[in-house]
Amino acid sequence: MGQLSGPTDPTADAAWTPEHTHPRKGFFTDTSICIGCKACEVACKEWNQNPRDGDLELTGMSYDNTVSLGASTWRHVAFVEQGREQIAAARTSGQALVSLGMPTIGAPAPDLSPPETPEFRWLMASDVCKHCTHAGCLDVCPTGALFRTEFGTVVIQPDVCNGCGTCVAGCPFGVVERRSDGTAAPTYREGHRKGEQPPVPKRGVAQKCTLCYDRLVDDETPACAQTCPTTSIKFGDHATMVETARERVAELHAQGMTEARLYGANELDGVGGTGAVFLLLDEPEVYGLPPDPRVCTADLMTMYKRAGVAMAGMVAAAAVAFWRGR
Amino acid sequence: MVPEAEFTSYYDKPIVKAPPWGHEIPAYLFLGGVAGGSGLLAAGAQLTGRAVLRRNARLSAMAAIGLGGVALVADLGKPSRFYNMLRTFKVTSPMSVGSWILTAYAGGLTVAVGAEVDRMSGSRLPLGPLRPVLRALEGPAGLEAAVFAAPLAGYTAVLLADTAVPTWNATHRDLPFVFVSSASLASAGLAMVTTPVGEAGPARALAVLGVIGDVAAMRLMERRMDPVAAEPLHHGQAGTMLRWSERLALAGAVGTVVGGRRRPLAVLSGLALLGASALTRFGVFEAGIHSTKDPRYVVEPQRRRLAARRAAGETSDSITTAR
Repeated sequence: MGQLSGPTDPTADAAWTPEHTHPRKGFFTDTSICIGCKACEVACKEWNQNPRDGDLELTGMSYDNTVSLGASTWRHVAFVEQGREQIAAARTSGQALVSLGMPTIGAPAPDLSPPETPEFRWLMASDVCKHCTHAGCLDVCPTGALFRTEFGTVVIQPDVCNGCGTCVAGCPFGVVERRSDGTAAPTYREGHRKGEQPPVPKRGVAQKCTLCYDRLVDDETPACAQTCPTTSIKFGDHATMVETARERVAELHAQGMTEARLYGANELDGVGGTGAVFLLLDEPEVYGLPPDPRVCTADLMTMYKRAGVAMAGMVAAAAVAFWRGR
Repeated sequence: MVPEAEFTSYYDKPIVKAPPWGHEIPAYLFLGGVAGGSGLLAAGAQLTGRAVLRRNARLSAMAAIGLGGVALVADLGKPSRFYNMLRTFKVTSPMSVGSWILTAYAGGLTVAVGAEVDRMSGSRLPLGPLRPVLRALEGPAGLEAAVFAAPLAGYTAVLLADTAVPTWNATHRDLPFVFVSSASLASAGLAMVTTPVGEAGPARALAVLGVIGDVAAMRLMERRMDPVAAEPLHHGQAGTMLRWSERLALAGAVGTVVGGRRRPLAVLSGLALLGASALTRFGVFEAGIHSTKDPRYVVEPQRRRLAARRAAGETSDSITTAR
């Protein structure tokens, strides 16, 4: 049992011996240069042979017809359309973040006066499993199907998983899902069929991004990062990714884009930092990300203690009942 | 400027996912509680020489644990792999800890129930030379099961709370108290239904104590939760179930105190208590599922606690950073 919260090396916590350990791998997804082409979604589906989700319906959510991450969707490109007011709000909330904890003495503050606010912008962001330092899904898995790899990533062994679904509830980002037959009922309705649904593999077990574990062991780049045409999805050693992310956000701030901020690059946050780091241009909830996730097991010892007291109380109540109850 | 409480969601889509659990799970929460409480009643009866209460409580526990186990397996995505629950032991997984508690409890209980059944059938079970062994083990086995009885009744609270489901997670300090109380009143209620009033005294006392604990713990829990995270406990189907749960529990307690020594009233009160416990489990379960459907149950409490930490001067622990 490793630590339950705080900064740590998850690979070492998982008792990987040094001769097997690699530097922790991760993504840096820079949404400021995402063009919404969804090549990552396609490459991910192709490489991992993930079946189709749903019924190919148009959602009306801008160009996002994928909707969310799920058992068969391990990359999801979000599309958000914003006007002048929302852009100004994003810039203000980003500015507040920049000012937060700024040293009051020292180097002179950089000139962060915003450039001309555009009238319209299109936020595009490729979401993925965060491969948390403290992964709720992994902690609560009862079978050991979920494990920490030698690359510091979190992977499900589909032949071990018995589909209990606890990891689905354990993920603060809504990433993991149990795979059903992958189809929506209307697929089989006359006139509604939009292509044959192939047989769904690994039905009934939890599924999520593996950070292309099978490619990593062969020293290859994950499919999504390999295919990304703008390098919005970067892959490499986690430490390098965090460093790149910090340089990039500083660069954008220097250009006056105070709306730029990092997500998951802080090892002091509620999940100990994420393996997949993001650069966002608005509040996380705008992209469907939680603003202050906290791994549920961080409070596990409190829960066990409280439960222990409650159980002792129950035994005491029973004892009193037999002592007094005539 | 956007006011503090408002936020922009991603097309109102959920942020966390609901666990893929059907009604088998709240049914198990109820049955596991009945089994746990009955295990304690059986042990108490065993130690104080109440043969009928002991037998009935053991049989009740066995029925509850059997049905509950079936419900648990049926809800798995791969029921044929249910035994994978026991391929490892993980303290960080309440589901793993619970699987072992359930196994340990069922082991002792099965021996004790075997002895009861043998006695009821007039020693007709084909046990041969094993009969004296069974009789010798019966007592210790009943007490072994009793050791795991309260954990069986309480671990399910940790199982629900140790998730990212907003309403369940927000109950994590107090839900164990609600669940052990609910288990106590339910098992006591069942004993009042099955057992003649002469031997059911301890069950009546446990029922009243359980109701006091249940009502108090539930109210305290709701008061200590984030108001938005607590909302699903009051609204819709879950709210209705939890309101009726409290009413039934109080009615059951009054019935127990006033007329528990008369069999018909004891049976009625017992049934009310069983209903109260079932409604508590289904209500809490439904409230949690509901809280995953709307992103505001995730975003609002999280933004509130983040803002509170910042106001208190803690600026280093946000997942969103400017550098």
